Amino acid sequence: MITIRQLPQLLRKESRSLIIAVPWLWLALFFILPFLYILKISLAEPQLAQPPYTDLIQTDGEGLVTVLLNFANYMLIWEDSLYLDAFVGSLKVAGVSTILCLLVGYPMAYGIARAPVHMRLPLLMLIILPFWTSFLIRVYAWMGILKSNGLLNNMLMWLGVIDEPLDILYTPIAIYIGVVYSYLPFLILPLYATLVKLDNTLLEAAADLGCRPFKQFLTITLPQSVPGILAGGMLVFIPVMGEFVIPDLLGGPDSLMIGKLLWTEFFNNKDWPLASSLAAVLLVALIIPFMLMRHFERKSEEGQA
Amino acid sequence: MRKRSTFLLTAMIMGYAFLYIPIFSLVAYSFNESRLVTVWSGFSTKWYAALLENDALLDAAWLSIKVAAINASCAIVLGTLAALALVKLKGKRGTRSLGVMVTAPLVMPEVITGLSLLLLFVAMETMLGWPAGRGQTTIILAHVTFSMAYVTVIVQSRLANMDQSLEEAAMDLGAKPLKVFFAITLPIISPALIAGWLLAFTLSMDDLVVANFVSGPGATTLPMVVYSSVRLGVSPQINALATIMISVVAIAVLIGGIITWRQEKRNTQRH
Repeated sequence: MITIRQLPQLLRKESRSLIIAVPWLWLALFFILPFLYILKISLAEPQLAQPPYTDLIQTDGEGLVTVLLNFANYMLIWEDSLYLDAFVGSLKVAGVSTILCLLVGYPMAYGIARAPVHMRLPLLMLIILPFWTSFLIRVYAWMGILKSNGLLNNMLMWLGVIDEPLDILYTPIAIYIGVVYSYLPFLILPLYATLVKLDNTLLEAAADLGCRPFKQFLTITLPQSVPGILAGGMLVFIPVMGEFVIPDLLGGPDSLMIGKLLWTEFFNNKDWPLASSLAAVLLVALIIPFMLMRHFERKSEEGQA
Repeated sequence: MRKRSTFLLTAMIMGYAFLYIPIFSLVAYSFNESRLVTVWSGFSTKWYAALLENDALLDAAWLSIKVAAINASCAIVLGTLAALALVKLKGKRGTRSLGVMVTAPLVMPEVITGLSLLLLFVAMETMLGWPAGRGQTTIILAHVTFSMAYVTVIVQSRLANMDQSLEEAAMDLGAKPLKVFFAITLPIISPALIAGWLLAFTLSMDDLVVANFVSGPGATTLPMVVYSSVRLGVSPQINALATIMISVVAIAVLIGGIITWRQEKRNTQRH
């Protein structure tokens, strides 16, 4: 029996579990459950109907239930070099752009972390500001810059560096530029958070003992910032693996990436089961990078405490 | 020491130039008379006038603003609850899995989120009859799912860094948890809530991929119109639209930045 005196306590307990339960249920329903549907539909066959796939469980008139699992999509992804090439293409773009982001972003994050305290917030704001403007429009801006009669080519020709316009737009280079540009803030922010917390006493001690700045950086700063590098790197790598807009707008028609292929299978070929299989394979491939990211995020959080 | 800071300074200047040159070029060419976006032929505001007469674009913009506002308001509630659960109820049942579920949408490729949600909505419609058809409702449901993850991150860091002693003092004086939350916690985290709302709004205004998957024939959002126009090549009208969006964001961020900067300055002076 619940006595009246216990009631407030009970209510408190209830409201506590409600705080956890509401977002938990929302994400379970709209984030986790949909993945099971991806798995389910990836095992179906396409058909001309609404919705355009067969049901896995079929019952005939006599109550016989058959479950039809169609692994043909996965076989196709494995055997047709188009899909394998697209995965390799995505892996290459994601890997190379993560490294490029690091090369551009590390000095910036380090510079902000070393800047005078009152300058840090404005400098960070300037990094975040482009992120607040439309992603699509930022990618579009590069179309105007990179096209054959665009800003970059006009400038280079005016300076006399080149005589004929370079073909940059609709090439892999344009994809790399677009990806680095769009995802740079994702890398700089966690990296800054790691770098700004670093203990300066080690650096001072090293300097007192005559260690050169570059060596100080290599032996002290860099190893300590590894969690930030990996957490930020995964924040770039994972979403770029499935990127659609950038290869579609900046890459040529032959740029092969898994996100673009999935889009084509879904919207142009109306093959929902094949698109689902591609999504399932991509999802499985991203589990390891995701675990890495979680691990290093937690590690850098622990460093904070 | 000197040498390293020169290197850092150059790297930073070049980095910021890389971030801002595309944006400035967009703005500059929105005032260009010529249709060929990159050839300067004189100052003109005619592309802004053309924008105002583009009904398809205006309708889409209105839909996007509506969706974004509803999305941000739902995401702020769910995201704050999740942040409270992760910070204040850490270690309780379900918080660990909530932590994983809330981080994953941040990095999930949009094509996967979009496709998986569409499949869920189709299945829900067959089984429950809701959501009937696809359009505004399904876009909002999808946007809330990834926006709340961003809100959680922002509110979570504010909650984790806030001074606990005020809440504890109020509790000691006999204030009920709900009262403590509304009288103390909420005002303290309000900057994070505003930032979270604005970010959720922006994310929704910006989303092309997920919306394209979960939307129906009746609902065309602004990014969809922009995308179909941009696919055909560079168009000065899009530059004009971009300039308007950039100005709104720049003003909002500037105001927000000045407020936080002043607060921080006041805080450092006090200590």
